[in-house]
Amino acid sequence: MSIDWYPLINSLRIAAISCVLVFFLGIFFAYYAAKLPRTIKGILDVILTLPMVLPPTVCGYFLLLIFGVKRPLGAFLLQFGVKFVMTWYGGVLAAAVVAFPLMYRTARGAFESFDKTLAYSGQTLGLSNAYIFWRIRMPACRQGILAGTVLAFARALGEYGATSMLIGYTPGKTATISTTVYQLWRTNDERGAMFWVLVNLAISTVVLLTVNLLETRQKKAVKA
Amino acid sequence: MSLIVDIHKSLGDFQLDAAFEADAGVTCLLGASGCGKSYTLKCIAGIEKPDRGHIELDGVVLFDSEKKINLPPQQRHVGYLFQNYALFPNMTVRQNILCGLHGERDRAKREQKLREILRMMRLEGLEKHKPAQLSGGQQQRAALARILVSEPKLLMLDEPFSALDAHLRDSLKVELRDMLHDFGRAVLMVTHDRSEAYNMSSRIALMDQGKLLTIKDTKQLFADPGSVPAAVLTGCKNIAAAEKLDAHTVLVPSWGIRLQTAQEVRDGLCAVGLRAHYFHPNAPQNRWPVVFKEEMEEPFETILQFRYAGQDPDSPPVWWRLAKDKRPQAFPAELGISPANVLLLYD
Repeated sequence: MSIDWYPLINSLRIAAISCVLVFFLGIFFAYYAAKLPRTIKGILDVILTLPMVLPPTVCGYFLLLIFGVKRPLGAFLLQFGVKFVMTWYGGVLAAAVVAFPLMYRTARGAFESFDKTLAYSGQTLGLSNAYIFWRIRMPACRQGILAGTVLAFARALGEYGATSMLIGYTPGKTATISTTVYQLWRTNDERGAMFWVLVNLAISTVVLLTVNLLETRQKKAVKA
Repeated sequence: MSLIVDIHKSLGDFQLDAAFEADAGVTCLLGASGCGKSYTLKCIAGIEKPDRGHIELDGVVLFDSEKKINLPPQQRHVGYLFQNYALFPNMTVRQNILCGLHGERDRAKREQKLREILRMMRLEGLEKHKPAQLSGGQQQRAALARILVSEPKLLMLDEPFSALDAHLRDSLKVELRDMLHDFGRAVLMVTHDRSEAYNMSSRIALMDQGKLLTIKDTKQLFADPGSVPAAVLTGCKNIAAAEKLDAHTVLVPSWGIRLQTAQEVRDGLCAVGLRAHYFHPNAPQNRWPVVFKEEMEEPFETILQFRYAGQDPDSPPVWWRLAKDKRPQAFPAELGISPANVLLLYD
């Protein structure tokens, strides 16, 4: 039997691209949210965290409200040939929105527990703020940021609700592993569904093993 | 070579007003915790911004609220030793010190300066260690090395001994005092420990609840604190309200005694202070009947608490502190104090 590997490739690229986006956006918002006045920070925090607590289908609904081709923004973007509905890169958007809060919250937690005197002493030594951020703050917050990235990647890879709302299921076009599993099971192809379930398990296992390996290696490096 | 500071800041109910000047040599900011000492250092370093005021170092204006000058910390050339030393945990000792040398573009010179400071700070052989692998004293030296190689115009130390074990402190005090002396420029040190301030500094600026009370030579401050908060901060245990009777006599109503003073009493006297160490049973002057109350032992000294015969029962007992081997078998019936040791405190 010949296997169509498209869902695997599509899922991996959606997860990878949205994970990179979420990595930078999450760190950016986590860093600047920590500096904002308390009330604004509180409001922003609620908005940025909502996708984590809302059902993914509700997130998908909101995405359709904003990016639907008949909506103002969706129609505007369509003039430039950008369409998030029923396209694979719409899947990136859906996965990023749902995975963002995981990165944002873990990174913020890491930044908040960062010892500020390290940054201050860097400044008084004349180090630039960019150097302090990338060479002192980020390494010190490494554990939290790594954890957030892994969570975001895993969440993006497993995204189903918002993805199916926004981009649906078109074999060879928008199919991802999770939507394929559902589609095959629904059409009584239990063997096919099981196959993709196993593929998903394999990827998740590899990701988690890699993370554990990285962590033990870091602990060794710190001790040495 | 001098530092001029005049800063004002409101933080909720707390109001900080600090104005002083410091020249080469060690100046201590001494005060209880929460009095604004560390905040003052942070304002000078540019980490915190005062509401208004002026900060100037060696003729360069670092901050001026009217001229809208506020240099970032990177341009102030001020060394800041934090309480926890703030060594970068992800970097080795070598990398940490190189952070202070980032302005030196010439590679050979950079290496040479690194080697020099490693030798001077006795850190040779520890270059590849991470801060977590160093002892408290080594961490302090590494942090100082990192600051000194950046050649600051002013060095600020925030409670430099608080992170160290008690038995290390005394030996490191001597070491650090000599190092600061060799530094040759202005040094500001924050501490809440009066003996530390006395050990380390030539001048002391006293701070109390956000206000800078006075700045005086260290020895002079301890000999004549001049005000009640200054007497408390320099460790005077016995303070009571007093009235002037004549040029060399004061009345202390709550103790029910009169005291002769060596210094001339000015108008506006509000209280007197008697240091716990200076009582003597055979002192020829200022001798009054006393009643023993309680004793508290310390490792090498003992504190005997007593009341004057005519003392107001609501006022706290008076402390007499003396070496254990000097402790009399029977508590004396009278205690005196030399007129030179009666501290006159004004508003």
